[in-house]
Amino acid sequence: MTGTTRSVPAAGQAAPIVAQGRTKAVLSEGKRAERRLGLLLCAPAAVVMIAVTGWPIVYSIWLSLQRFDLRFPAKREFVGLQNYLTVLSDGYWWTSVVVTVGITVVSVVIELVVGMTLALIMHRTLVARGLIRTVALIPYGIVTVVAAFSWKYAWTPQTGYLADLVGPDKAVLTERLPALGAIIIAEVWKTTPFMALLLMAGLALVPDDLLRAASMDGAGPWQRFVRIIVPVMKPAILVALLFRTLDAFRVFDNIFVLTGGAQGTGSVSMLTYDNLIKGLNLGIGSTMAVLIFIAVAIIAFLFIKGFGAAAPGSDQGGKR
Amino acid sequence: MTVIGGAETRARKVRWSIIDIVVVVYALIPVLWILSLSLKSKNTLTDGNFVPREWSIQNYIDIFHTNEFLLALVNSIGIALIATAIAVVLGTMAAYAIARLDFPGKQLLVGFSLLVAMFPQVSLVSPLFEIERSLGLFDTWPGLILPYITFALPLAIYTLSAFFREIPWELEKAAKMDGATPAQAFRRVIAPLAAPGVFTTAILVFIFCWNDFLFAISLTSTTRSRTVPAALSFFTGSSQFEEPTGQVAAAAVVITVPIVLFVLFFQRRIVAGLTSGAVKG
Repeated sequence: MTGTTRSVPAAGQAAPIVAQGRTKAVLSEGKRAERRLGLLLCAPAAVVMIAVTGWPIVYSIWLSLQRFDLRFPAKREFVGLQNYLTVLSDGYWWTSVVVTVGITVVSVVIELVVGMTLALIMHRTLVARGLIRTVALIPYGIVTVVAAFSWKYAWTPQTGYLADLVGPDKAVLTERLPALGAIIIAEVWKTTPFMALLLMAGLALVPDDLLRAASMDGAGPWQRFVRIIVPVMKPAILVALLFRTLDAFRVFDNIFVLTGGAQGTGSVSMLTYDNLIKGLNLGIGSTMAVLIFIAVAIIAFLFIKGFGAAAPGSDQGGKR
Repeated sequence: MTVIGGAETRARKVRWSIIDIVVVVYALIPVLWILSLSLKSKNTLTDGNFVPREWSIQNYIDIFHTNEFLLALVNSIGIALIATAIAVVLGTMAAYAIARLDFPGKQLLVGFSLLVAMFPQVSLVSPLFEIERSLGLFDTWPGLILPYITFALPLAIYTLSAFFREIPWELEKAAKMDGATPAQAFRRVIAPLAAPGVFTTAILVFIFCWNDFLFAISLTSTTRSRTVPAALSFFTGSSQFEEPTGQVAAAAVVITVPIVLFVLFFQRRIVAGLTSGAVKG
């Protein structure tokens, strides 16, 4: 959409060049064709992405300003910011915010540490490098719900191998903190390999000469890691952190399967889903959707502006 | 790195082997556990043993006798394949343009894809639920395919444009010198060279679609379009009176098979695809 409308000024710009001479006219003819082709090739992807994300988010803002409960469709009316007041003064909402932030922070921190270790292992191992990389991809590829069921049954008393370890009369998934711990373990297990792969790509950029030189100057492994590897990898680390943080903030599948959001373990996504599908309350559901959208926008902004994480693709112009 | 003696090398190899084993155990335990559960007989299902005491494939026989699972499997395969095909085609076109052509609005598209990649999917659930209901798309294949394409596109565009940048420019220029139009150069010269990248992207996109749970559970309501991950959470099994643990496990193993095959056969490609798309961008 944005693409096609722009082709008009582009053609206009090309016109004066045409007048300048034969060689340039031929070139600009090619340039124009190139521009047209570029816009044409991008248009379908752009249209789909805008149609499925742009329009619904606008629609979602509109819905969030209405009282709209599918069980009582006749009572639909415009209520301004009332839904926002309702949600923001609701204890369940804030519980789910705390749970979401907690899960995000704890799991991303653990993932960074374990992921970095795994990345170093995959990068450095002398034996079975291919095997290790293959095996590490399994948690990444496996369907989250499948993994979640595996964890659920592992913690189920009598059925599971982990339930036996923690004691026969403890039901991990029915108490709040242990259940949150189980959710975090499931999240960490599933996503650490992805983190490790991103970090491994960053590790490949660390020049070996530099490490060797530092080693000769007497730097130990830890010093080499902190003084050389981490600074060189900083962009890769920040991108990995950004993506994992945003992803963790959307945590849903594991909670749905493991606890169903009971005992105050529901995330904001879980609460939104419950309000929409179980409560059929579109107004409140949309309000939460908009609030989550804003929260994610703030996180992304903080990472990109605050920590200077280079958004992937931002260096594209120069690289062509 | 430095020159090392034979004995020391062996010691290091042993150390690495131990570390490697830890990684293998870490990655495989939950997978082996669900496999083991699915192969336990009814009597031993709740014995809590990691390895089945009594082996049985009854759970697999049972799930393949329920419509619930079979229909969900057909939905999963069909929806994921169609969404993958469309996303890869659209992504290939856009990525080619981004990697090779100069046109206004390019940075805009790259930026917008990034926004979509960061987009909280749950924010779309409420409006899409309502929009799809009024358009008659709710609980249909297209109703799921559309959001899948949308969220797969950034992944496809980033991965593919990274692959496309590695393709030698000169060949395309040579084709143009020989009189090919940009479109012909794309079809005849670049497309065959790009096939491995396109294939890798297709795997990543398929995994993404195959994996989705949130849309699958929010935008479907019957076996008409419910995919396996969503169906699993509604699974009642062949009998109403027992926990369908064994059957859920068997169904879970079935939908894990394609993932394991991809990983086994295309490990290198998947690693290359994931890292090129996300880091080099």
